[in-house]
Amino acid sequence: MSHLTFDDLREILAECAGEDEQTRIDPEALDLPFTDLGYDSLALLETAAVITRRYGTDLADDVMAAVETPRQLLDLVNSAMAEAA
Amino acid sequence: MSGVDTGGAAAGPAVRTGPAAGAGGAAGTGADTAVVTGIGVAAPNGLGTETWWAATLRGESGIRPITRYDATKYPVRLAGLIPDFDAAAHLPGRLLPQTDRVTRLAVAAADWALADSGADPAELPEYGMSVVTSNATGGFEFTHREARKLWTKGPQHVSVYESFAWFYAANTGQISIRHGMRGPGSVLVADQAGGLDALGHARRTLRGGSSLVVSGGVESAFDPWGLVAHLSGGGVSTVADPTRAYLPFDTGAAGHVPGEGGAVLIVESAAAAAARGAHQVYGEIAGYAATFDPAPGSGRPPGLERAARLALSDAGLAAGDIDVVFADAAGVRERDDAEAAAIEALFGPYGVPVSVPKTLTGRLTGGGPPLDTAAALLSVRDGVLPAAAHVTRPVPGHRLDLVRGEPRPLRVRAALVLARGHGGFNSALVVRAVEPGRGAARGTTRPSVRETAREDRP
Repeated sequence: MSHLTFDDLREILAECAGEDEQTRIDPEALDLPFTDLGYDSLALLETAAVITRRYGTDLADDVMAAVETPRQLLDLVNSAMAEAA
Repeated sequence: MSGVDTGGAAAGPAVRTGPAAGAGGAAGTGADTAVVTGIGVAAPNGLGTETWWAATLRGESGIRPITRYDATKYPVRLAGLIPDFDAAAHLPGRLLPQTDRVTRLAVAAADWALADSGADPAELPEYGMSVVTSNATGGFEFTHREARKLWTKGPQHVSVYESFAWFYAANTGQISIRHGMRGPGSVLVADQAGGLDALGHARRTLRGGSSLVVSGGVESAFDPWGLVAHLSGGGVSTVADPTRAYLPFDTGAAGHVPGEGGAVLIVESAAAAAARGAHQVYGEIAGYAATFDPAPGSGRPPGLERAARLALSDAGLAAGDIDVVFADAAGVRERDDAEAAAIEALFGPYGVPVSVPKTLTGRLTGGGPPLDTAAALLSVRDGVLPAAAHVTRPVPGHRLDLVRGEPRPLRVRAALVLARGHGGFNSALVVRAVEPGRGAARGTTRPSVRETAREDRP
């Protein structure tokens, strides 16, 4: 588990904040704001908690608060893991 | 009548405040009249209003053994349980991680009630729509699960939604968010009585300027922790036979069976309902009052009779105008005696039919009285009173005209609903038929009411 892929993230988001046909995110959504995708700040806090548990990264609340899109979150997690490696 | 909401449409020169004041005049006509235009039911003996009502008239019980876990070590093994609610089929996936079972039931019931009313929240002013529900136990199952994660895995494993999902107010909040209803939102917590308090407060909220209020209440707390909480409230029957466990007003009364579910009602001002062309009006919330019992040992009488008298006065009705009473029906001898005495004091011996459909569901805490109110409104619509199940030996001293055995055909123009809550709460609500040609029911025929209601079946 040294790299968080888009599919991994999608799975975690579905697990943390639920998923249905209308709101399932696809790769075109990588650069859309989470708020437009229907994920509020609580959903992202939950997502950060799960990523921290599974990937051993420490995503501080204030760092997470600055994350706006799925791509930014992927970059944040993967660079943190690269640093730790 | 001091200290009680006294703004009934026909109650005379009561002082009213707020933008809805001043309509006055006869019942059923103005902005000051609260009418019910939609009903959504989630009950142990039926999901969906018409399914539940038909089951109720057939005498089908939803009281059953608790089987979701091994309940054999608990003193109570029966509950009024909804067996086949598929939350994923009724709710958006996004709502599932952040909702307890009780909120899933409430959100679904609210959806059905809105569909039944024909009101489209997207077309109504967002600050003119409010949500006022009753809930007395919150989301036990959700918080039980998260608390278990806390002590077995640690705080990092606790869902962020534990921050609100178990609140009493979660039902009101989720319904409000789902439909964009930004008017005043509230939750009333008073055990059973809170279910009527919510409807009374819905009427008050209309007088404060809202035009539509999603009201009523839904309850569910039957994970092991929730079950223990019911036990601590007292009065729970430990009889294992579903046909003998809950026998209110019967010589065999042995406590009540707790249950889950309730009803959501769409309450609108008659003027607003007419303005949007509402296709049906079940009836008017004509009177409401709440009282509190005196301290034990004071020697003063309990407050239920006074609540009922105040509600009648608020409605501008006399006892003789009431066609049926939906009783609180504690199922505990002493409390049944007290309620029977209150009913006899108001109506005389055997003076009014008493209907107890909750014998088929158990007592649903904050969801029970809204369900009784739904039954009262449907008895107005259909001219029939549901029968109390399993009550075969009425206490002779009660002198009540209990509807037993078979449903009783009766033209119902006005009904009184009674509710008591643990700790001394008493509430009473009067619903009455809206006369043809008055209020939003103008030009509506009964068959269209039924047709529309059927579409609401889940």
